[in-house]
Amino acid sequence: MSVAVHAPETAAPILSVRDLSVRFGSSRGPVLALRKVSLEVLRGSIVGLVGESGSGKSTLAMAVMRLMPSNATVTEGGIQFAGRELLTLPAAEMQRLRGDRLSMVFQDPMTSLNPVRSIGNQLIDIQYRDRQLSQFEKRRKAADMLRRVGIPDPERQLGRHPHQFSGGMRQRIAIAMGILEKPELLIADEPTTALDVTLEAQIIQLLRELRREINGSILFISHNLGIIAELCDYVVVLYAGEVVEQGPVRELFHHPRHPYTQALLECDPARIEEVRRELPTISGDVPNLLRIPAGCVFAPRCAKVYDRCCSEHPVDRAVGQGLVARCHLLAEGAGA
Amino acid sequence: MFAQPSDSVVTVVVEPASPGFIVDLFRRLRQEPLGVLGLTLVLLVVFCALMARWIMPYNPDKIKVVERFDMPSAIHIFGTDSLGRDVLSRVIAGSQIALGVGVFSIAVALIFGIILGLLAGYGPRWLDNFLLLLFDSVYSFPTVMLGLTVVTLFGPSLETLISVVITIQTPGYARLIRTATLSAKTSEYILAIRSLGGSPWRILLIHILPNIIGPVLIIASMDIPSVITLEAGLTYLGMGIPPPAPSWGRILQDGFDNIRDAPWIVIAGGIPLIFTTLGFTFLGESLRDLLDPKLRRIV
Repeated sequence: MSVAVHAPETAAPILSVRDLSVRFGSSRGPVLALRKVSLEVLRGSIVGLVGESGSGKSTLAMAVMRLMPSNATVTEGGIQFAGRELLTLPAAEMQRLRGDRLSMVFQDPMTSLNPVRSIGNQLIDIQYRDRQLSQFEKRRKAADMLRRVGIPDPERQLGRHPHQFSGGMRQRIAIAMGILEKPELLIADEPTTALDVTLEAQIIQLLRELRREINGSILFISHNLGIIAELCDYVVVLYAGEVVEQGPVRELFHHPRHPYTQALLECDPARIEEVRRELPTISGDVPNLLRIPAGCVFAPRCAKVYDRCCSEHPVDRAVGQGLVARCHLLAEGAGA
Repeated sequence: MFAQPSDSVVTVVVEPASPGFIVDLFRRLRQEPLGVLGLTLVLLVVFCALMARWIMPYNPDKIKVVERFDMPSAIHIFGTDSLGRDVLSRVIAGSQIALGVGVFSIAVALIFGIILGLLAGYGPRWLDNFLLLLFDSVYSFPTVMLGLTVVTLFGPSLETLISVVITIQTPGYARLIRTATLSAKTSEYILAIRSLGGSPWRILLIHILPNIIGPVLIIASMDIPSVITLEAGLTYLGMGIPPPAPSWGRILQDGFDNIRDAPWIVIAGGIPLIFTTLGFTFLGESLRDLLDPKLRRIV
């Protein structure tokens, strides 16, 4: 990152996704996995992306990395990274960005590391762009990063293979690989889901420290609301491929406006004060993306649904302190 | 003649190679009686091939018509053949041809197979389709028929034989490598490496290949005996290596022609063929079992 003393660089978005729609070709017809998704990640901030399984969280991450499966296409919209349009970038240039200015940590550390290559070699591989650095210096940089993410005695560990480490250690190694070149944006796709709770807390603490140290931004994908509340500055709620609500973390958690966000927060066991036999759930299922409802996507499951919801697609409305929600109830004079 | 490689082997995960790994492999191999037997037989043949010059009692091509069809005795342990040549010396010299054809042609076929398989598995769809068509066309020829045709066209020689073996074996390895590349290409660690900026060539050569090479190496080692048998078979039919080269197939042919007068020639030519075939097969199978974590016994 360039040192800019004069410009308020923290205010400029490092990542800006505009009206992004992604379509998957399937044997039963096209699936619109993302529909007009817009979000921004400001420099130095951590943005949480929340949603149920299948809501399109990972699809969005892969679209930003330009690593979508071959049956997926971006049908409209754009992704700007540090002012450059990623979707039209030549493949070679995109590859140069990945791992250097833009990188990613995956969900399952048991499968996201090459099993037959030593972690030292894998960490050295990532530095292949740097022609000036000697092999010895690359090795030292790798060891330093391992030490930084909390791997004890890193010089000795460099020669070991992934299967010789525990799950928590592996995820630390994966994070070390992700941030080795001090990327401006790290996408973390549920990096703690496969870990147990104590490790989860350690990884979150680590990410928070690293954000400060390398002054990068993080797009943090999770379905764990507790972690999002703890770590993120800004939250984007994704439902069935649409952003239904987004805003600063405090406002969104304390005054959610969209019925889906409200329901989601009510279901979080950590927030429930009285001990109940049954956990609250949102009844119904995520809509089949082959047949998206004509009106609001959440209408079939919404407790506050009324006639307009089923016929007309709601638009984004700015409400409260920086919140944007997509719900008819927020329209003036809505019959609720 | 050639075992069709089964699909299940593709999923075998070979543990990373490290000094401790090789030592550990040998220690575990020692506990497999068939593996030890296989290793012993293979080492015996390799020893004969390497030391042939010093351990052959006579010149294998030296003709002494006076001594033709001598019974096995202290002077000629395996007796002599129709031209009075020492059969033991010819059998030892034959091990060089057998291993040369078997190991060399399999190694070359393996290298071609790896290159083509990686290209088909990782390259664009049209290249994959084109290469698959090519593999299947070669695969669909019956081995011996193809061998006989090529030999008839180009004349029998060691080079022709090796070219035939390479042509026949390459598609099999290429198909295995292609399938394994296709599944490795979509695995999460390759995705992770791509997300860290790995270039396609680096991904293919330093990440995918080491992960998928193990099972193919084992299958190739088990193909060595079938190639040796093919060489002996074609030579027996007069379509392999021309005389006077002491190929085991040639010894068998000579012995078969004179089976009433001198049955020891067929026996002496057949036993090393059987030993070599069994040796490589046992060793290959034990290695496969030892390297497959799913089949590994809990110690």
